[in-house]
Amino acid sequence: MSKADAAAAILWIGATLYAVFGGADFGAGFWSLIGGRSERGERARRLIDSAIGPVWEANHVWLIFILVVLWTAFSVAFEAVTSTLFIPLCLAALGIVLRGSGFAFHEVVKRPSERSFAEHLFAASSVITPFFMGTVVGAIASGRVPIGNATGDPWSSWLNPVSILVGVLFVATGAYLAAVFLITDARHAGDADLERYFSTRALAAAVVTGAIAVAGIFVLRDDARYLYDRLTAEALPLVLASVACGIGAIALILRRAPRGARPLAVGAVVAVIWGWGVAQFPYLLPTELTIAAGAGTSATLTMVIIVFVAAAVLVLPAIGLLYALTQRGILKADVERD
Amino acid sequence: MTDLGSLIAHVPDVVAASSELLPARSQMAFTLGFHIILACLGVAFPALMLIANYIGLKRDDEVALGLARRWSKVAAVTFAVGAVTGTVLSFEFGLLWPAFTGRFGDVFGILFAIEGIFFFLEAIFIAIYIFGWNRLSGWAHFWTGVPIAICGIGGAYSVVSVNAWMNQPQGYTLDAAGNVTDVNPLEVMWTPATAYEVSHMILAAYLVTAFLVASVYAVGMLRGRRDRHHRLGLLIPLTVASILAPIQFFVGDTAARAIAEDQPIKFAAMECVQHTHTHVTEYIGGICTDDGVNGGIGIPNLDSWLVGFSSDTEVTGLDSVPPDERPPANTLLHWSFDAMVGIGTAMIALGVWFGIVWWRRRDIPKTPWFLRAVAISGVAAILAMEAGWIVTEVGRQPWVVQGVMRTEEAVTGASGIWLTFSIVLVLYALLGVATILILRRMARRWREEGVDAVQVPYEPRPGPPVPEDGR
Repeated sequence: MSKADAAAAILWIGATLYAVFGGADFGAGFWSLIGGRSERGERARRLIDSAIGPVWEANHVWLIFILVVLWTAFSVAFEAVTSTLFIPLCLAALGIVLRGSGFAFHEVVKRPSERSFAEHLFAASSVITPFFMGTVVGAIASGRVPIGNATGDPWSSWLNPVSILVGVLFVATGAYLAAVFLITDARHAGDADLERYFSTRALAAAVVTGAIAVAGIFVLRDDARYLYDRLTAEALPLVLASVACGIGAIALILRRAPRGARPLAVGAVVAVIWGWGVAQFPYLLPTELTIAAGAGTSATLTMVIIVFVAAAVLVLPAIGLLYALTQRGILKADVERD
Repeated sequence: MTDLGSLIAHVPDVVAASSELLPARSQMAFTLGFHIILACLGVAFPALMLIANYIGLKRDDEVALGLARRWSKVAAVTFAVGAVTGTVLSFEFGLLWPAFTGRFGDVFGILFAIEGIFFFLEAIFIAIYIFGWNRLSGWAHFWTGVPIAICGIGGAYSVVSVNAWMNQPQGYTLDAAGNVTDVNPLEVMWTPATAYEVSHMILAAYLVTAFLVASVYAVGMLRGRRDRHHRLGLLIPLTVASILAPIQFFVGDTAARAIAEDQPIKFAAMECVQHTHTHVTEYIGGICTDDGVNGGIGIPNLDSWLVGFSSDTEVTGLDSVPPDERPPANTLLHWSFDAMVGIGTAMIALGVWFGIVWWRRRDIPKTPWFLRAVAISGVAAILAMEAGWIVTEVGRQPWVVQGVMRTEEAVTGASGIWLTFSIVLVLYALLGVATILILRRMARRWREEGVDAVQVPYEPRPGPPVPEDGR
């Protein structure tokens, strides 16, 4: 494996972490949005709040990670993506601003009308942001991003079947992941009603996500032939693994199994992300720019790898401590509520 | 003739790009100028909070602990908002300046990767620290806060050293086409400008935060709230600021001399020196014209003396480079520099006043004029810092990478920046107003209902009653 491939793998690890943690976080916002004003909906929102409150920033730092690794290790690709896909990236950034503001303020504001406004801001942008991120990924995957400063089409690069499909898929995947995560959170909170509530939603999201993925096969065949050919050949084992994980997770949720659904749901998402990577390999921007051609200098790639290892050594223990403490905190809060 | 052909082919691009240059620069300046205030709080607020926490634990002082607790909650809110505005900036590296990042991302990018680690750790430990109130024992809790302050300083180094590199680029080689072929990361991470620029900004962050916090309590005292809570809330930050202000003056003076040497055109622009000569007059204020400063207070020989401790020192003038390599808005630059130095001097005077009275009477000066001065010091400190950034950023124009890449070459080929800038203006205005209103409301609720009344981001939902020795 060359250093450029290693840097690309680091990029993909960042994308995986963002898809899982950021995706679940967006998904939680999605459920908060459609939860409604019923007593049950409010209770679901409280659970969502307690689950994501303290780890929110940690989830979203992965996006910064992706941006920084991309512009450091593959600056040519960064230039191409951010200039051609100016519009969807602006819209995603807008979603991030609204979402972050909603998050920053919704804990603090007390008046019901303001709180509801902040929550809506948070929830609506939880849908906008992953959708436009997905259109960006769709544009890259379908080979619509040429090298250079804004040389691609500013509109059709992301307003096309593949981009729209991936955008919707991102929203659905996040909702699916979040629902599966929240089943366990509800069980930890001792709320059997919410456990059922999120089980139903996890199943619905699983079916919808699966249906979009199946539809996606046909869209890719027509619109992103390169990716389609590789997904049905080199990357096929990962695609099948994802399907198996997805079905396994559904089975476990149906049987109300106490554990196993979470890792399988995560596995389904991880397999898709890496399937995409394998299908694109050796391209960074399919058929436009290979990983080797897009990579920065050797010294830079070495530094990226060093910094990545340092980050893993420093950040993982800290984040482990945070997750451990917050899990304990949720338990404590529930003791009081009962 | 292919060169000419490709040149002609690129003419429409260049024209299109240059029409986006002004809005792109405006948006970058505005979003950076907004974010830097929050960044200051992110860098320095945790240290103030830890000082209060330390005093509280050492002296078993509930008032100091109460301050630390409130400050940690304020820091959480401003950190969450700062994370938003910071994310916008990382988008803007691509959305506004794709050609800059595309060409030099593999040179300076690694510093942002390091910054990412610091930011991530800072976010995690803020969450742990806020979570830890009432859950961890006093000193264990204190130590979970220490990494926040360290990461703040590390993050400031990482980001500001990118700017130092833009001012004095080094540590890379270019091929004939201008593409980067080799990078020496250590030279990139430590340019001749790094030491003074980074320390100048870290001190600025501490001064902005300390004066801002002090000014909040000064306003409270002017409104008649003279309890120990307000006194301590004023004393802690004001002591920090009074100690750091003279150090900042020394660092800034060193920086100015280094800039006169290494970035002479920036220096010439901020002092409005049109022609290279000796015995240069230092002007305070005035309008910068092609013939030098019009109006203002002139002190003969002082500028030469400040640069080289001798009135014979030659100061490089703007005319040493072609007109299209000189920075714009010279009067703005000159005034910004004067404003920064002037406010910095006033801060030192304020600190000396406070120091003398404290030394003699162990008390803050009794006159309301002192509190009034402290009350405006926070906003004044922000103005000084913004003025400093105007000097260093506008003063580097027309270059984005000094002497290597012009800003107009860096700008995006996409269109519609006036639209995005307008949206950003509206959004950030709302964000700024909302932040201030919410911080004010938090303060009011603390006064009325106590410090537990306010939930902030990162904080877990209210837990069970506190175990016996929790703080």
